[in-house]
Amino acid sequence: MDVSPSPPASPPPPPPPHAQPPPPAASSGSPTDFLKGVVGKRVIVRLTSGVDYRGVLSCLDGYMNIALEQTEEHVNGSVTNRYGDAFIRGNNVLYISAAEPL
Amino acid sequence: MDPSSTGIQEPFDLIRLSLSERVFVKLRGDRELTGVLHAYDGHMNLILSDVEETIMIVDMVDGAPEGQGTVKVAKRKMEMLFVRGDGVILVSPPSRT
Repeated sequence: MDVSPSPPASPPPPPPPHAQPPPPAASSGSPTDFLKGVVGKRVIVRLTSGVDYRGVLSCLDGYMNIALEQTEEHVNGSVTNRYGDAFIRGNNVLYISAAEPL
Repeated sequence: MDPSSTGIQEPFDLIRLSLSERVFVKLRGDRELTGVLHAYDGHMNLILSDVEETIMIVDMVDGAPEGQGTVKVAKRKMEMLFVRGDGVILVSPPSRT
């Protein structure tokens, strides 16, 4: 049982002082922050089928189910339907684009 | 919190407020339904009554440019219908104006 004592472990080097610079405040954030920011704004919702819905985003949930107001359905660039309110099931959503400045 | 003038806090509120009303439903496969909404759940499974289904059938004509095929519309009526939620694309309640 001749175990030589190991040398004392040296402390790890301190982290560099500015490894993670703080992100700029306005134009970045998490996807959730973006979605919170566009509620009440005009948006374009594109479905995986290629159909666009333009309207005012009332609210959305964790499944990305969406409630839109003053909705216009656009197919190939032309309006094909209008709805006062519309519920869009989240699994069909490809993206949500802000249609006015945030 | 009341983010909009209509007092909707989550998307399902739109559906809840449409119970017993005639709704428009857009489905996968170029199908549309109008019917009276009796029940729904979190999958958007729906129970509709007095339903009219509209089916858009696009016939591709040889040599016609893209998207220029003739569209046939078929309609049928059903008294009572269960709609499986995964086929639902959009639900629109009657305009509350």
